Amino acid sequence: MNATRHSTASSSSTAQRWWAIWAGLLAFTLLCYLLKDSFPWLFKYPRAWTWPLRFWISDFMKWLMNSLDFGLFTFREATRFFSWIIEQPYWVAKSLLSSGFLKGQGSGAIEIFPRLPWVGVIGIVMLMGWKVGGRNLSLLVGACFLYLAAFGQWDSAMTTLSSIVISVPLGVFGGLLLGIQAHRSAHFNQALSPILDLMQTVPVFAYLVPVLILFGFGPVSAMIATIIYAMPPMVRITILALQKVPDEIVEFGKMAGCSSRQLLMKVQLPTAKPAIMVGVNQVVMLSLNMVIIASMIGAGGLGFDVLNALRRLKIGEGIEAGVAITLLAIALDRLSQAFANQPQPAQILTSQSLLQKHPYLLASAGIAITTWLLGLVVPAVQIFPEEWQVSTGSFWGDVVRYININYFDELDAVKNFLLLNIMIPTKRFLLSLPWVAVVIGVSIAGARLGGWRLAMLAGLSAIFIATVGLWPKAMITIYLCGLSVIIACMIGIPIGVAASRNENLHRIVQVVIDTLQTLPSFVYLMPVVMLFRVGDFAAMLAVIAYAVVPAIRYTDHGIRNVPPHLIEAAIATGCTKRQILWKVQMPLALPEIMLGINQTIMMALSMLVITALVGTRDLGQEVYIALTKADIGRGIVAGLAIALIAIIVDRLIGAWSNKRKRELGIG
Amino acid sequence: MNASPQPNERPVKLGCKSVWKIFGDNPSAFLTDNPQPSDEELASSGMIGAVRDANLDIFEGEIFVIMGLSGSGKSTLVRCMTRLIEPTAGEVLFQGQDILKADEKELIEYRRHKMGMVFQHFALLPHLSVLGNVAFPLEIQGISREMREMRANEMIELVGLKGRENYFPRELSGGQQQRVGIARSLCVEPEIWFLDEPFSALDPLIRREMQEEFLRLQSVLHKTIVFITHDFDEAIRLADRIAIMKDGKIIQIGTAEELLLHPADSYVEEFTSGIPRAKVLTAGAIMTRPKASSFAGSVQITTKIEDLAAKLVHSNAPYCVKNGEEIVGEISRQSVLSVLLDQELML
Repeated sequence: MNATRHSTASSSSTAQRWWAIWAGLLAFTLLCYLLKDSFPWLFKYPRAWTWPLRFWISDFMKWLMNSLDFGLFTFREATRFFSWIIEQPYWVAKSLLSSGFLKGQGSGAIEIFPRLPWVGVIGIVMLMGWKVGGRNLSLLVGACFLYLAAFGQWDSAMTTLSSIVISVPLGVFGGLLLGIQAHRSAHFNQALSPILDLMQTVPVFAYLVPVLILFGFGPVSAMIATIIYAMPPMVRITILALQKVPDEIVEFGKMAGCSSRQLLMKVQLPTAKPAIMVGVNQVVMLSLNMVIIASMIGAGGLGFDVLNALRRLKIGEGIEAGVAITLLAIALDRLSQAFANQPQPAQILTSQSLLQKHPYLLASAGIAITTWLLGLVVPAVQIFPEEWQVSTGSFWGDVVRYININYFDELDAVKNFLLLNIMIPTKRFLLSLPWVAVVIGVSIAGARLGGWRLAMLAGLSAIFIATVGLWPKAMITIYLCGLSVIIACMIGIPIGVAASRNENLHRIVQVVIDTLQTLPSFVYLMPVVMLFRVGDFAAMLAVIAYAVVPAIRYTDHGIRNVPPHLIEAAIATGCTKRQILWKVQMPLALPEIMLGINQTIMMALSMLVITALVGTRDLGQEVYIALTKADIGRGIVAGLAIALIAIIVDRLIGAWSNKRKRELGIG
Repeated sequence: MNASPQPNERPVKLGCKSVWKIFGDNPSAFLTDNPQPSDEELASSGMIGAVRDANLDIFEGEIFVIMGLSGSGKSTLVRCMTRLIEPTAGEVLFQGQDILKADEKELIEYRRHKMGMVFQHFALLPHLSVLGNVAFPLEIQGISREMREMRANEMIELVGLKGRENYFPRELSGGQQQRVGIARSLCVEPEIWFLDEPFSALDPLIRREMQEEFLRLQSVLHKTIVFITHDFDEAIRLADRIAIMKDGKIIQIGTAEELLLHPADSYVEEFTSGIPRAKVLTAGAIMTRPKASSFAGSVQITTKIEDLAAKLVHSNAPYCVKNGEEIVGEISRQSVLSVLLDQELML
């Protein structure tokens, strides 16, 4: 059954055959309902058949930590040594930015050297902004950091920042090394690719547990989890950037007589550098997102403040910390983007003095030393004076209280209407489906779109989810994710279409979605919980808000990328604007829009796990429970189930989009 | 075009002996089983014969042009000569040494000191200035900054880019970028100079200018040159000898005049049919036995028709054709006119 090979003569009969197959599936499903009483296992996967994978994994980890011995040292010692190594630079960064250099432990510690004063930090980041992006960027970054000081977020923000300052270089460097290796060796690339898929789709909570057990509770574990989370895009971007180096340039390098090392260091990497720098920005943003999440395993910082405020329903505090995260994210994003887009430097003349070569570095050192010394004399320089601090906490509390008092009925009515008429029926329907029919269904879809390999992948993944006993939770995940994605598309695609047809709107939308995308997922929980309390509805709103961006972006981009000569041809044929949109632009942009929907689904799945914090009952919750109980096997299995759902959807949509692009000749 | 000695009197600089490049599954086993595979045998085994049994000798100091349309295998052949692509079978002899047998280290030495290459899309390193690009091959060899920049500056001056040493590639026009490419490939004083469609990416006017620049450089440098092009006009302008490739095979090797007068098959004939013959043919090709008692003047046997046409079309009497001082034939206004009007020669 080769779905990709088409000939005009057989395509209609192929289509007929596929209709027959789908009709067969429908008949089978109905048959299942008829036989429900005699074969209940068609619907409910029997507990007795469950594959005890989660216990195997837990036992294996126990064995690793307690029994594995390499002779000279045990496995546990090895991992603890590794975390000790990472802890050292982190300790330096933290002392410098946050805690000051201390002697002794706990409350008995004596400060032997104070941390960098807030004035100094702001001065240095403004200087960095000035160097890479000029005055505007400098002011923006300065204002963001000033907020942190003025609203009393400084300590937490600096804790967060010190994690980022260490994990970003590690993630970038590690990603670079893996990417280079994958570029050099096809075998390595093949082995790495599925691992990267899993790293990107397994929800972060799932590997927090094993990381915790391997490396111990505390900031180092959080940083390792951050690196795992933030590194895959760097690897992929490095591979892609190296592949995109023109063949001729590599050939030139060889003809100049480069050794393979020279070829890499002097030809390939410098040529690929602008593309690789995009990856650095990605690592920065993903690290920030993860550092916030990782607050839960002892990293402290801004994420901890948000979480704490959420738990105690301290709306105002939560909002201030949430805004702090947002501003920190914007500052880091703009800084790293400007850094990536910096023009190549002009030729450096050899006869420059140290000052001429590194003016910014020396100026930063100057600011640090001056403010440090000043801080010893003037305390206001060292620590932002408390009486200058502003708090809007009570104001926000009042606002939310006002909304809740005056609009509670309206909000509740909307929530209840959607819950009763759409959400709950969908959930019930999905839960009532016979799992056997679903497994067959995704296999058929795989066969139709990508051939028997994809059919196998999709079918086996679905069977895996059933056999580990997570089918009902997987269905709830699909229900929440599916509804969120549908609503996100209903909002996002029209906005994207509108933005593609109007330049002013396009510019505004760009700014908004760029900002939305820099926000760590955690931030989205705040407003929905305030307005709608915990539950599926709040979770769905958070997921929609988080996942709507790619639907907008890809639609806009897809329509704009329709070749202009086709539009001209349509205008010349006498199409109205409306006809151009529906008959030319939309069909041609559809593969691109589908990729956007795919991204939306991926983001929705990753956000769903976070919404477990506000009380959903899906796989995300399973992972979260595993995290709180430190149950490795349970967390990993549930995480894998989410990853498999993501991978099935990704491959199916990807296969469809590629096929469609090939047919349209725009691949 | 140039008064150098006949090609076959010079030593062979680079030779290809039965060079094959086949793409597919396990091509060397396939070639062992089928030493001379036909089109059908290649196709039925799912193989693509990019270069098929290439034999050629390139003499010292000549401009050897490999001409073919896209997909004819010319780029693959030149990459086999430099081992940027590993040939499936055959020998590539550089001054008698088979470079296919060279190990990694020897190959690097060949490339560092004996070979230079110019690329179609210039292949300049975007992060280096003009100076940095031209000096790059020397930097790779570990030559000190001062030495290499001195040499690079000489080369930049040679190609007429003095004053732009600190520009970056993106700040230069296409023609200027290719001048950098040329300077860079000459920086190590290579013994053999490969140019892979060096002017194809340029506008026609610039291309013309660069061709003249190229001939000027060659008149100073006397390199052994392998020049790839898909443009037959360019080939006849520049070449001492031309090899025509089609479907991986070399169909014919010869001077432009030989290709024009004795095309090996209809494919070559088709190529040459659109060419103004006066640019290619020499007096020797259209002269007849000397009959007249008096001549209006004399021309040398190697003179192109294009160059002698102006005086001959105004002369009623024929000119005599001389090889050195000896009269070897005569040439009439009528025969010159028929060449100019591209009519079949009636010899």
